[in-house]
Amino acid sequence: MSHGKNVNAQADAKKIEVCYVARVEGQADIRVEVANTGETKAEFAVFEPIRFFEAFLVGRKYHEAHEITSRLCGICPIAHQMTALRAVENALKVKVTHQTRALRRLLALSAWIQSHTLSLYFLTAPDYLGYDGAIAMASKHEDAVRRALRLKKLGNDLGEIVGGRAIHPISAVFGGFTKIPKKEDLTEIRQRLKQEKDDIWTTVSLFNSFKYPEVNRDTDLVAISSDEEYAVNEGRLKSVKGLNVAEEEYRKHIREGEVAHSNTKASTLNGKDFLVGPLARVSLNHQKLSPDAKKAMKELNLQLPSNNPFMHIKARVVEVLYSLDECMRLIDALKLDVAEQPIQATLGTPCEGFALTEAPRGLLYHAYKLDANGIVRKADLVPPTAHNSASIESSLCAYAPEVVKKNQDLQLECEKLVRSYDPCISCSVHVTRLKKGR
Amino acid sequence: MFAKPKPKVAVYKFTGCAGCQMELLRLEDELLDIAEKVDIVYFMMAQSNVELQPYDICFVEGSISTPRELEEVKYIRAHTKTLVAFGDCAVTGCIPSIKNWFPQFDLERTVYKDTTPIKSFKVGGIGEYVPVDLVLPGCPPHKNLIFEVITSAFLGIRPKLRMHAVCMECKLRENVCILTSLGKLCMGPVTRAGCGAICPTYGRECEGCYGPMSDANPSALAEEFRKLGLSSDDIVRKFRKYAGTTEEFKEVAGL
Repeated sequence: MSHGKNVNAQADAKKIEVCYVARVEGQADIRVEVANTGETKAEFAVFEPIRFFEAFLVGRKYHEAHEITSRLCGICPIAHQMTALRAVENALKVKVTHQTRALRRLLALSAWIQSHTLSLYFLTAPDYLGYDGAIAMASKHEDAVRRALRLKKLGNDLGEIVGGRAIHPISAVFGGFTKIPKKEDLTEIRQRLKQEKDDIWTTVSLFNSFKYPEVNRDTDLVAISSDEEYAVNEGRLKSVKGLNVAEEEYRKHIREGEVAHSNTKASTLNGKDFLVGPLARVSLNHQKLSPDAKKAMKELNLQLPSNNPFMHIKARVVEVLYSLDECMRLIDALKLDVAEQPIQATLGTPCEGFALTEAPRGLLYHAYKLDANGIVRKADLVPPTAHNSASIESSLCAYAPEVVKKNQDLQLECEKLVRSYDPCISCSVHVTRLKKGR
Repeated sequence: MFAKPKPKVAVYKFTGCAGCQMELLRLEDELLDIAEKVDIVYFMMAQSNVELQPYDICFVEGSISTPRELEEVKYIRAHTKTLVAFGDCAVTGCIPSIKNWFPQFDLERTVYKDTTPIKSFKVGGIGEYVPVDLVLPGCPPHKNLIFEVITSAFLGIRPKLRMHAVCMECKLRENVCILTSLGKLCMGPVTRAGCGAICPTYGRECEGCYGPMSDANPSALAEEFRKLGLSSDDIVRKFRKYAGTTEEFKEVAGL
């Protein structure tokens, strides 16, 4: 069986092939080959089966887009829902109320809390503490594992209160919410947010105690950005090197093109790979963080701008802290005195709509063309891991020779690098760059 | 005294979104206790150590849609005592099964320029290919149902899983029927319970994400929908979503 205990370490030690990387969401292989000259080839090859979402969305109604695309990913269903809803609402020119906007932001941040916690404690920490997984880690670090479970549960419970269900929420629909959360539920969860916030500095020091490798290569970092707030569900498309355009312009700038070291196609900006995710967001938008999140940045010595993908880990810690602060702020500001009904669409003319959001692991793009009856005629979806896949390969190429030079464990180090991006492969699989013969 | 060996548990994923595994990990309060009672020997999303050997319980998330998966599910079946079809994809094919109504080549050409490396066939639940011991429906199955399966397996008893309609749970929550009194297009009367009727409780129609209940009568519900003004195309879309290719729904779903 091809997937299983999965190391094919060559006698040569300069070539590794990891079949089925563990502790990432989905199914992917890593292949890295470092020649004696130092020249390196790297492949991040997805073998997750293709699901054809963009194809079978054709023929579905506009109000189903978010329900169906939610099923692209069980870790970031909320991000797909928020993006699909806004893309379709943009197409049909529906502007949601202030309350809906706030509730959606709350819902999206609940997903950041649970996804980042899962990534930090379950997928990342075991590498740095020397365990196979969080359950094994519990033998010596029970406090840390219990803290992680509490924090993750908090994110999920908040998602459930706002969205009706944590995984594949149900109450966020076209034009608004079918039901708004109960005040007493929000008050109760606010107390838990406060408690976890008080405890968050333990997380900050834990992730500050790990030694992260240096990987530095020239690259651009891309995220959405807003003048009003730390951008989550809406904003302009910006990059550290100066891109600054509206979301409708996405396809004019982010293209599928050839990358120098690879003969397959990948997302590129100005012909080069780029990085999306927490590090890109913090780099572009750190001035919008809460005071304590800024303090955590200092404590973690997160120096910006940074091109080192391992700094994603520190950025994730900062964002968990920010999310706790921002969720409390949002709950305090919510009046919830009107039971609003979702705004209905007016159909009748063919239209198209676009939306960019920040999923926990980075920039997410949805675009839909609708006909006069509100039926999807074309769908274009680009999840964060599709944006990052070329960057992952380039970073492996930059990092692997250093690892070989220092005689470190090449497999472990390559896996750590891939995990730092927190790739979500189920999401990205419908735009998988296929390898012949797989 | 001899200590009873811990049951060996595996979690596999095929064509799906990992949401069911995520729901399993939502057993935050119980997870460490479970880990004490059972040996989790294969769970790629959560741990990197891997044991390939006979499993006492294997949770399989996702549907079968490639030759490689078909080979693997047969292998797993041969080495597993209790095989659980874990979630809708493994049970009915779920949302990805919508693709089964499209010609395969059309799908491939819509998404990829070069279709030659694609090895993909009709999306189906694992029960289409191997015998399944336990069916755990839902998109995703509620964590309480997952817990029920784990504890029952540990006790060696049959888990209590519901076969009746969502309507039963909806009544227990004292909801006003949104189908009969509000005219909302609710799939509750043909959908299997287990979620706690969350959608009607949140003021929206059930979309059918737990698949068909036992003895479902989808054509009668389709007739009700027609009376409420739903077009034939919309009715097809309603049933061609989470479980369109099942025996129960395929006629109304337009197969």
